[in-house]
Amino acid sequence: MNYNWNWKIFFEPNPMGTGTYLDMLLSGLALTIKTALLAWVIALAVGSIVGVLRTLPSRGAYWFGFCWVEFFRNMPLLVQLFLWFFVLPEMLPRAAGLWLKQLPNAPFWTAAIGVGLFMSARVAVQLQAGIGSLPRGQRMAATALGLTTVQGYRYVLLPMAFRIILPPLTSEFLNTIKNTAVAITIGLIELTGQARSMQEFSFQVFEAFTAATILYLLTNAIVVTAMRFLERYVAIPGYITGK
Amino acid sequence: MKHFRNVGLALAATLVVSQAGAQELTGTLKNIKDTGAITLGFRDSSIPFSYLDDNQKPVGFAMDICYKIVDAVKKELKLDKLEVKLNPVTSATRIPLMANGTIDLECGSTTNNAERQKQVAFTNTHFLTASRYVFKKSSGLKSIEDLKGKTVVSTAGTTNIKQLTEANVAKGLGANIIPAKDHAEAFLMVETDRAVAFVMDDILLASLVAGSKAPGDYVISKDAFSKPEPYGIMLRKDDAPFKKVVDAATAALYTSGEGEKIYNKWFMEKVPPKGLNLNTPISAELKNEFAKPTDSPDPEAYK
Repeated sequence: MNYNWNWKIFFEPNPMGTGTYLDMLLSGLALTIKTALLAWVIALAVGSIVGVLRTLPSRGAYWFGFCWVEFFRNMPLLVQLFLWFFVLPEMLPRAAGLWLKQLPNAPFWTAAIGVGLFMSARVAVQLQAGIGSLPRGQRMAATALGLTTVQGYRYVLLPMAFRIILPPLTSEFLNTIKNTAVAITIGLIELTGQARSMQEFSFQVFEAFTAATILYLLTNAIVVTAMRFLERYVAIPGYITGK
Repeated sequence: MKHFRNVGLALAATLVVSQAGAQELTGTLKNIKDTGAITLGFRDSSIPFSYLDDNQKPVGFAMDICYKIVDAVKKELKLDKLEVKLNPVTSATRIPLMANGTIDLECGSTTNNAERQKQVAFTNTHFLTASRYVFKKSSGLKSIEDLKGKTVVSTAGTTNIKQLTEANVAKGLGANIIPAKDHAEAFLMVETDRAVAFVMDDILLASLVAGSKAPGDYVISKDAFSKPEPYGIMLRKDDAPFKKVVDAATAALYTSGEGEKIYNKWFMEKVPPKGLNLNTPISAELKNEFAKPTDSPDPEAYK
């Protein structure tokens, strides 16, 4: 390999005049984390609602949940972001479309919402499985105690189900962080985007992507560790995830 | 390892004295001679430098120059047949593919600057581009000073927007600068009168104008935000024998006037696949450079 390694590149000033190359990558990391957090909040909130809908006795609710999940999980994430970003504004009335296009930070909001909805389908399926894994008697006992459906879910089913699906939810959270990298295609300059522009300016391609890899690994390691603590804290003694 | 090889070479040289004079080939040249093939890296959409035509065949100004280099290499190595392999590259893959030996020449629109020269080498400059702006004829702009207080657009994440921001402060223009997602969107802003001017590499502006609905409505400014920056064909660093052959080939091409002929074919006539005409006459700076070819990354060298 005829390659000029230069690990000191990170401490050299970047041509955008915003500090060093390292600062450039770190600002990308900050944007990645912001996007991932917002997307994850959306995924959890929407996914929980849709997941519950799929376990309700109502056929209409079930079908709505079914369509939601199949719509969002059967299309590549890249295509979904393109649809939200480029196609949706064209289908709205002209004024609304123009407003949408001129929103400040449009790539950030589109990415967070797009990734969030995509991940919501996965959260929904897991929550449905979590609720499904509970013994049937639990739901019946809740009803026998005179709890309404909402109360049954709130106090009996969901607290159990969420604890059971916590380990797979951890990997979904990690997936959310990694999936934000797709957003460079709609102009969000997050960590992968900054690594790309760093190699564009400096030509130190391997250093740029090594640094990006390490930053992704560190971020995900922190998330995994935090989730392990949470899992241990909320574990139900004697249950699958308990001790 | 290298040391041992040198000792071995020295031994071999003393043993076979009769063969003295036959130069030992090294690096890329040796590789080309051994394999009987040279690999050119091309871009898929750098119009008109290097892009795919309607038959999915790479064509363009830089490709034509590369084929001339291939002829020169063939002659230098006294080969009867030299196979030309084509390998697509993107801005992200061109460095790794060059470093690991997949491609021998990168034929595209890569800017030659001092920072990049730490990583790769460039042969003689084949194009010069400066940061200029495009505007509608009807807006009646005459110079950069006329942008005072107007809305100006440029593409986010480029050096052009950086130059524009600096000029805005230095010249006290007070222009309202808005970043656009990509070149097409920025041009659309001028087309729909949301901005009066779009600052970008002049050659990119020319291809946007040529591809627009009414090319006659637009003008590209004479005055520029930057000095002309050179584009060069990229080759591996620290491979002096190969660079010498390539430099000699391009120098011969440019000084003979053939370079300008190829230039006119791609910049003054209709080019495939859509029959666009960029209508960009050769600049005085590039004409000077063709007369005295150089691989300097310094914009000052091209006055």
